[in-house]
Amino acid sequence: MSKYKANIEITLRKSILDVQGKTVEKALHSIGYENISEVRIGKFISLEIESDNQDFALEKVDNACKDLLANPIIEDYKISLEIINQ
Amino acid sequence: MKFGVVVFPGSNCDHDAYYSIKHNIGCSVEFLWHKDASIPNDIECILLPGGFSYGDYLRCGAIARFSPIMKEVINFANKGKFIIGICNGFQILTEAKLLPGALVRNENLHFICKDVYLKVINKNTPFSNKIDKDVIKIPIAHGEGRYIADNETLNQLVENNQIVFKYSDELGNINNNINPNGSLLNIAGIINKNRNVLGMMPHPERYSEQLLGGNDGVSIFNSILNFL
Repeated sequence: MSKYKANIEITLRKSILDVQGKTVEKALHSIGYENISEVRIGKFISLEIESDNQDFALEKVDNACKDLLANPIIEDYKISLEIINQ
Repeated sequence: MKFGVVVFPGSNCDHDAYYSIKHNIGCSVEFLWHKDASIPNDIECILLPGGFSYGDYLRCGAIARFSPIMKEVINFANKGKFIIGICNGFQILTEAKLLPGALVRNENLHFICKDVYLKVINKNTPFSNKIDKDVIKIPIAHGEGRYIADNETLNQLVENNQIVFKYSDELGNINNNINPNGSLLNIAGIINKNRNVLGMMPHPERYSEQLLGGNDGVSIFNSILNFL
C-alpha cells in the first residue's frame, strides 16, 4: 500500500455565471487592477488516500468527486495526485 | 393521512412545517430523524424542510443527501409516494437526483428574505390542484436559490409541464425584473416526471395562517389531501 495526496480544484462550469467571481473582479478593477479578467472562484480540497497504485488512487478520488465532492451538473473538477510514501 | 417531516442536523423550518400540517391542515404528522433507517408504513407524504442541513458544507444539500434516511426517502419516491422539498429540502432533492437541475448562489449574492408572488403554472398536479388563485404570495428566505439546468433539461421541464411555480409580479407577469435570484425561466418550483416529488424554494409553511401575514401556503398542502 502506498499513500497519495490528492489536490482537487472545483470550479463552477464555464456556462454558469459565477457571481462571486464577477463581484471580486469588479472589486479588483475598482482598486486599480484593470487588466484582470475572467476571475472564477472555486473550492480547493486536499485529501490523502491509501492505494496499491496511482491508477487505483486516481480512480477512487475521481469517483469520490462524482459521488460527493463535486456536482457535475454545475461544477468541473481537476485532480492532481502525488505520492507521499511507498 | 399522515405526514413525516425529516429532521436533519441544521434543519430550522422543521417545527414550522410540523405546526402547519398539524394545526393549519389538521393532519397527523411526525418527525423523522435523519439517522432513521426506515419510514413508518402509515406515512403518505414526506416533507424535507428548510434550513442549513449539515451547515450547508460543501454544497447545500450535498451531505444531507447521504443521510441514512435519504436511502429510504429515495425508495419512498420510487414507490410513487409524495415528497415535498422546501428550500433546503429542494436543494437536497436535486442533490439526490430526485429532481433535475441544481440550485446555486443568488445572482445578486444576497441572502433574500421577503414575500414573493408566484404564478401557478400547472394546477394539474398532486401539489397544486386545490390552489384557487392564479398568483399566490409566499415568502422566500435563501442565499442559494438560483435554479440552473442545461437547455435539454429546461426543455423537458417545459414540455412535460413540470414547472409548477414561477416568480412573477402580483398580476402574474413573469419577467427578469421580478426574478429575485436569477433562476432560469423564473423557476421557483418544479415536479419530477412521475409527478410525486415537488421541490420549491418559497416557504408555504410560513404562510399557512393569516396571523403570519398570509395563508396561501395552505392550498399546497391541501392539494395533496385532495389528491389522495
